[in-house]
Amino acid sequence: MTGRTRAIGMRLAQTVPVIIGVIVISFILTRALPGDPAVYFAGAMADEQSIQQVREALGLDKPLVTQFFLYVGDLAQGDLGRSISTGQPVLTDLAMRLPASLELTLSALVLSCLIAIPLGVLAAVRQGSWVDHLCRLLVTAGVSLPTFFTGIMLVYIFYYLLGWAPSPLGRLDFIYLEPPRVTGFFLIDSLLAGDPETFAAALRQLALPAITLALFTLAPIARMTRAAMLQALSSDYIRTARAAGLSRSKVLFGYGLRNALLPVVTTLGMVFSFVLGANVLVEKVFAWPGIGSYAVEALVASDYAAVQGFVLAMAFLFVTLNLIIDLSYALIDPRIGFDTK
Amino acid sequence: MTDATDIPGRKPDGAWAHLLHVLRENPVTMLSFGLFAFFLLQAFFGALIVPHDPLATNAANALQPPDWTHWFGTDSLGRDVFSRVVVATRLDLMISVLAVAISFAVGSVLGAVAGYWGGWIDAALNRVLDTIMAFPLFVLAMGIVAALGNSIENIIYATALINIPFYARLVRAEVNIRREAGFALAARLSGNSHFRTLAFHIFPNALPPMMVQVSLNMGWAILNAAGLSFIGLGVRPPTPEWGIMVAEGANYIISGHWWVALFPGLWLMLAVFTFNLMGDGLRDLVDPRRRT
Repeated sequence: MTGRTRAIGMRLAQTVPVIIGVIVISFILTRALPGDPAVYFAGAMADEQSIQQVREALGLDKPLVTQFFLYVGDLAQGDLGRSISTGQPVLTDLAMRLPASLELTLSALVLSCLIAIPLGVLAAVRQGSWVDHLCRLLVTAGVSLPTFFTGIMLVYIFYYLLGWAPSPLGRLDFIYLEPPRVTGFFLIDSLLAGDPETFAAALRQLALPAITLALFTLAPIARMTRAAMLQALSSDYIRTARAAGLSRSKVLFGYGLRNALLPVVTTLGMVFSFVLGANVLVEKVFAWPGIGSYAVEALVASDYAAVQGFVLAMAFLFVTLNLIIDLSYALIDPRIGFDTK
Repeated sequence: MTDATDIPGRKPDGAWAHLLHVLRENPVTMLSFGLFAFFLLQAFFGALIVPHDPLATNAANALQPPDWTHWFGTDSLGRDVFSRVVVATRLDLMISVLAVAISFAVGSVLGAVAGYWGGWIDAALNRVLDTIMAFPLFVLAMGIVAALGNSIENIIYATALINIPFYARLVRAEVNIRREAGFALAARLSGNSHFRTLAFHIFPNALPPMMVQVSLNMGWAILNAAGLSFIGLGVRPPTPEWGIMVAEGANYIISGHWWVALFPGLWLMLAVFTFNLMGDGLRDLVDPRRRT
């Protein structure tokens, strides 16, 4: 047990340099603004004097190293600057909109795991059969799909042609009221409020964007499951289990899949990197009010504080997700000590 | 018996024979090379062969479905979608080729130096690469373009930067395992400088896996660049580019004008698909053991 605690401590310590690096890059990006940030923050009507005031207020007249520590100090207080388009502090904006993005991303991931893992297992068990070929086709086609394009095509088919989906505008049709905010996840909040009708409406809105994202993440998960499962099934312990006369399902799921899941969990880290990026595009297509569409609006309005806040928030989210993956990995796999990695 | 009759006919050039053999064995790889040629043709001669001017607007003829004059229909300004899709090939390929070339060059140098000399250079490089990889890559590209300014050039730099870690890590690993190899030591002993040994004796061994990486990466670079222009970065409106054309078409999809978004999206998808297939084919060519 002490070994495991130490391993977890080690893993936690490893994130420290990464976070420092993320902050440094984010600082560089903030300083690399085109032109003089002071002119920009002072606004269009500013004269020479007010620009100078803003420059002093932002600490832009100080040496870079001092500026860096000021920046870190601001970050520590949760100050990411103020968004020009909404007039709110960036952190408030992001916190407001984060649940929408998380709800979309997580439901997409759950959906794609539910399809990809059984598909990968089947493809590995029936190697060379039609399931295997289907899996390979999906994997190659899946990574070639531009998410924004699949999203648009799904809208055309399911909204325009079939009329099954509601119009692709946001999280909830305007005839419904938002459920009282507890977690910010509409699906959970509406259930907590005991409102099945809003739940169904939120689910209908969520379906298409979640499917779009899930199609995109299907490929890497299915591919990895297939590879890991093939490797697990060809190993000695499976042969032993078979020879010992264990039932087929016990061998497949009790021994094969359980061991194959470990590498799949590790690839989830890479999948997250793609999914958080693809999220931005999908949110734009479906007018989903998450942090991705917030960043796109900010980009169009040249609202740099908002964009940089978004990049930083995404990086922290990604680092945290990777940390959770690695820690849960340590919890599932009894063999692991991080020093072997 | 058959062997004996085969041998005299075998060509001395083994690489070509191998390539032909792989192509014949795997029709999918052949298809991907064919598609690649198709896209190259469009990139080089697209502007010359298209039936209409990709920028010519004609308000009277806006949002017409595909017919014999306008094979892919017309967009909201009456421009010919087919001509725009074909002409856009050059820009899309150019962005991704340049981006991949930059990542290839920078990644190779960094990875080779770190892999050959090791020590603190290696440690520092790894830290930097880890930090880049700590960002969701598309999001980092957005941040870079926002910071450097909204232009095609900066899209190329951003795409190049987020791809550098893949190349640098690959070269580093390939160089590192050959650092003490017999042929490398022999090259040193016969009087080659460190630089010469690294550049002409060790590094070429990393090229085959690098080519596979390039091909797989190209598809991703195209997707990335198109994604950035889809959200309004880089390429500016009348310029034909697949991502921005899909974005324009997105406004008309809910009213049923499917052709404006479908065809540029299809071309984009086909291009990415081509590079991915080619990457798999090249991997078979380079490393038959890793065949999937």
